[in-house]
Amino acid sequence: MNIVVFIKQTFDTEAKIVLDANGQIDANGVNLIINPYDEYAIEEGIRLKEKFGGEVTVVTMGGARAQEAIRTALAMGIDKGVLISDPALENTDECAKAEILAKAISQIPYDVILVGRIAIDDGASQIAVRLAEALKIPSVSSVLKLEVAGTQATATREIDGGTELIEVSFPAVITAQKGLNDPRYPSVAGIMKAKKKPLQTLTLADLGLNAGDLSLKMNVDKYTLPNARQGGRKIAGDAAQAANELARLLREEAKVL
Amino acid sequence: MAKGIWIIVEQRNLQIRKVSLELLSQGRKIADQTGEPLVAVVLGQGIDGLAQTLAEGGADKVILVDDAKLADYTTGAYTSVLNKLISKDEPTAVLMGNTAVGKDLAPRLAQRLGVGLASDCTGMEIDATNFLSFKRPIYAGKAFAHLSSNVRPILATIRPNTFAVEAPVAGRQAEVSKEAAEIDASDLVAILKEVAIAASKRPELTEANVIVSGGRGMKGPENYNILEDLADVIGAAVGASRAAVDSGWKEHKFQVGQTGKTVAPTLYIACGISGAIQHLAGMGSSKFIVAINKDPEANIFNVADYGIVGDLFEVVPLLTEEFKKLVNE
Repeated sequence: MNIVVFIKQTFDTEAKIVLDANGQIDANGVNLIINPYDEYAIEEGIRLKEKFGGEVTVVTMGGARAQEAIRTALAMGIDKGVLISDPALENTDECAKAEILAKAISQIPYDVILVGRIAIDDGASQIAVRLAEALKIPSVSSVLKLEVAGTQATATREIDGGTELIEVSFPAVITAQKGLNDPRYPSVAGIMKAKKKPLQTLTLADLGLNAGDLSLKMNVDKYTLPNARQGGRKIAGDAAQAANELARLLREEAKVL
Repeated sequence: MAKGIWIIVEQRNLQIRKVSLELLSQGRKIADQTGEPLVAVVLGQGIDGLAQTLAEGGADKVILVDDAKLADYTTGAYTSVLNKLISKDEPTAVLMGNTAVGKDLAPRLAQRLGVGLASDCTGMEIDATNFLSFKRPIYAGKAFAHLSSNVRPILATIRPNTFAVEAPVAGRQAEVSKEAAEIDASDLVAILKEVAIAASKRPELTEANVIVSGGRGMKGPENYNILEDLADVIGAAVGASRAAVDSGWKEHKFQVGQTGKTVAPTLYIACGISGAIQHLAGMGSSKFIVAINKDPEANIFNVADYGIVGDLFEVVPLLTEEFKKLVNE
């Protein structure tokens, strides 16, 4: 089975967000991690390979620092990495990124493409499903359990207040929700092996694309930061007094009860 | 000629989701400003009875696509039907809720149409060109991106609880149009076998007006019953912090925070939650925040409107009794 895992390098969840002099999100000094939901995708990819054989390729987009994310994935047990890196990627939207990714993944044999259900940075949750559409294959979003038999898969997907069971034929895109598995940590041996695994870097030109072809469907006009929330009052008194006063404030002052 | 603002109405078992009514209310205000018709689009089976509710909720026109193959949401069939409708009528904007359905449908539809999508928005406004622009949280609310597009239609999914539902206008009429579903076999490649909705008397976390949430200070899964009791009195949802979920006390679907659900209830009651940055990211846009924590230095007090420094095992049951008195008044 040929498996592709698309990952994204994101800010650490504890990162504080600041804007630089140009009003852009400042990545300076921020600790970068593999998007937590992509770790479930990586783990599932490795498990599918362990069960059915084949090869797992991790694909990401980004600058030179994104190599760290690929090396981590390789250390976990992924076979090879592809980094799509091009200055023109800076100024693309989800529509274009999905097309670029589809072009890159078309060059790799695949039965299944695994992606985290959301990236915790932009939180847009678009690329995986757009990629499936660009490749004209089905997708199942937010998967909690995946059972594969031949080219058929049965996926349990999380919906609001419950689950759905969906049958799909490969090739397909599956987006991973927390609960799908417990991602492994890279072993020392895995980290050593990862250094020798192939990591290919592709530019847009390598994919037969040029920046001029990528028309923007969505513009980011600006970034802003939320108004800092002010702490309010601490309610004094013993537990009974405080509970009574809190209930009164919620009713009379906040008017929320 | 203005071509309309479309609201893709989500129904489950013929119940219209609250977020769809929120969009209809807000869409009405926007349509009045831009002078465009507001169109509600419903896919499903046996949905005729929903048209009047949508008219009274603000729609000028209701498009019904009634077909057995649309009874439950499937990506392929819904995308195919909406793609054809949108390509034919060319609305300027297409809005839907950022629900499990919206998150799956909107990107697929946007890519097929070759247009932009603003996902999980918490604000929209009319810009200088008399067109919609959107505000959406990034980094789970630690910053906002402001988006616009020159490409029509613009698609957006809007976070539940962002806009209020206005009172319906009794007797308000809308043009009702019935469209046939043209669904090909190729649209049905992923087959929905089963839907399991967990029986719960509580509102869905992302739609709840009030959330009572417990963190590490709960000390164990057996203690959540005191939060459940509190939630029962006021019809609240119950949430949990990452610490509680990682400890195995609650399932991930209850997790509030950057790696869980992002919520914006009217009232968020944080019990035994320290207020890690990734938790604040998930609930910081709540209208009122209450914190109950025994550590007076806990970070959660820096964002809470009302705080009680004390033992939650003592305070919460007392609060439940106080709420009961209020409810019974």
